[in-house]
Amino acid sequence: MDHYSALRHFADSWGLLAMFVFFLGVIVWAFRPGSRKEHHNAATILFRNEDKPAPSEQD
Amino acid sequence: MINYIKLLVLAVIAVFALIAANYARDVAYMVHAILIFVVASGLFLWVLRQTDETVPVKVLQTSYMDGPVRAGVIATAGWGVVGFLAGTFIAAQLAFPALNFDWAHGYMNFGRLRPLHTSAVIFAFGGNALIATSFYVVQRTSAARLWGGNAAWFVFWGYNLFIVLAATGYVLGGTQSKEYAEPEWYVDLWLTIVWLVYLAVFVGTIVKRKEPHIYVANWFYLSFIITVALLHVFNNLSIPVSIWGSKSVQVFSGVQDAMTQWWYGHNAVGFFLTAGFLGMMYYFIPKQADRPVFSYKLSIIHFWALIFIYIWAGPHHLHYTALPDWASTLGMVFSIVLWMPSWGGMINGLMTLSGAWDKLRTDPILRMLVISVGFYGMSTFEGPMMSIRAVNSLSHYTDWTIGHVHSGALGWNGMITFGALYFLVPKLWNRQNLYSLSLVSWHFWLATIGIVLYAASMWVTGIMEGLMWREVDANGFLVNSFADTVSAKFPMYVVRALGGLLYVAGGIIMCYNLWMTVKRAPALEAAAATAHATPAE
Repeated sequence: MDHYSALRHFADSWGLLAMFVFFLGVIVWAFRPGSRKEHHNAATILFRNEDKPAPSEQD
Repeated sequence: MINYIKLLVLAVIAVFALIAANYARDVAYMVHAILIFVVASGLFLWVLRQTDETVPVKVLQTSYMDGPVRAGVIATAGWGVVGFLAGTFIAAQLAFPALNFDWAHGYMNFGRLRPLHTSAVIFAFGGNALIATSFYVVQRTSAARLWGGNAAWFVFWGYNLFIVLAATGYVLGGTQSKEYAEPEWYVDLWLTIVWLVYLAVFVGTIVKRKEPHIYVANWFYLSFIITVALLHVFNNLSIPVSIWGSKSVQVFSGVQDAMTQWWYGHNAVGFFLTAGFLGMMYYFIPKQADRPVFSYKLSIIHFWALIFIYIWAGPHHLHYTALPDWASTLGMVFSIVLWMPSWGGMINGLMTLSGAWDKLRTDPILRMLVISVGFYGMSTFEGPMMSIRAVNSLSHYTDWTIGHVHSGALGWNGMITFGALYFLVPKLWNRQNLYSLSLVSWHFWLATIGIVLYAASMWVTGIMEGLMWREVDANGFLVNSFADTVSAKFPMYVVRALGGLLYVAGGIIMCYNLWMTVKRAPALEAAAATAHATPAE
């Protein structure tokens, strides 16, 4: 089936490359300089706002 | 006004269900139609009684919506015990076939109860745990109340209606015979609706979050919700034979159907039983240990690596079948690559305790969470190994597979859920502490010994069975008949049932402990009242 061959070809060429590059991008992004503070901030989210939502600006 | 539309819709559903019950072509469909009629007419009366009552206008945005979470916790504990009991019973049926009672044939024999057990533990116990904890976690980590008002209640009740329809369907014979996707077409359609509302509530809450960052647990929960929606829709593409009957015909056939099924089946493991539960790990372990996760960078890489790789692993269920070799090799290779993110996640969970390992001595809840991650590591080592074609030729179709699934399900999914329930109940019902920590220890040891008995007996019987099947004599004839392996397995089957019994006993102790926590443990009210009276600094 031609449809199949075309999709198959795309999957193991450009599709694979795009996903691999995206994944490498994720790693670079995670280790980018200056991310330590931001990650520490994110990692401690769960220790804030235990009992009620954060007040919104209007309140 | 909205109530009148609701009344109209419910009335139409109730009448249609009655017509369906009248024209029903099989008993499963008829029972379901009557069930839907009862639910729809009950809801009709309930809505009718509330219509034209004055309703409070302002939606409370100053508190979290914990009602559906509480209901989910109760459902998780209840369905858990039901599912464990069903599993122990069918384990006993395998050891003692007399338990396939003559009077219950066609309803309670092994073949009917097995999907009941798998769906009860995966979807009823695991699914309710995932929905309840995701609603709890997304609110706390977004610092926002659940989006969509009562939609969260719809998700809870709708999902549990799906469970009841699925379970009654299996017993009465309404099944499309797809592993972990047994429910028939109309049950699948209902689950699709419920699941999309679930997605909307979850994403809606994330969108209105007050924290700038989306906490990693929510990434895992979100990937679980989206992927399950995708898997469910594609694996259940089928055409009903009649709208008045439960039977349907799959759109795919042959090896395409098999590949779609195991793409679904393995990603049900990967995204339902792994990604969703990793969301629980990334919240409850740091909370219970009272320290942030070991490495947030690692958690990001863990997430992307896991979801990129898991989706390809399905073909390893189809070694030595009509599936082309390249596809099953691809599945095998990706399964082995999966070792890395799995163990990365395990290390991240375990190392969260670095500098606080002493807590394991005094805190049985933390012990439960940590052993669950240990079992996760064990079964994610075993799985890739079993996916290697040469190993698979020995292990496939034997009890080794069953043992592997249960070390993951009982050890990883069960234990982390128990830990989460022990964490949640005092918080949700405003108690200072659990009723009894020594009962938690009892639960911990009963469950752990139960898993060890289960997994060990299945390793022995699985490998024995695999070796017996392939044994040939000098002339190239098979040495053993299938019945020889069945009788050789008897002692291990008894040990397995015993392991299940210990696990159920632990589950019942947990239910008692949680019940007594709500009834007897001192309330937090006094402390909470003073805390609220103090002005914020």
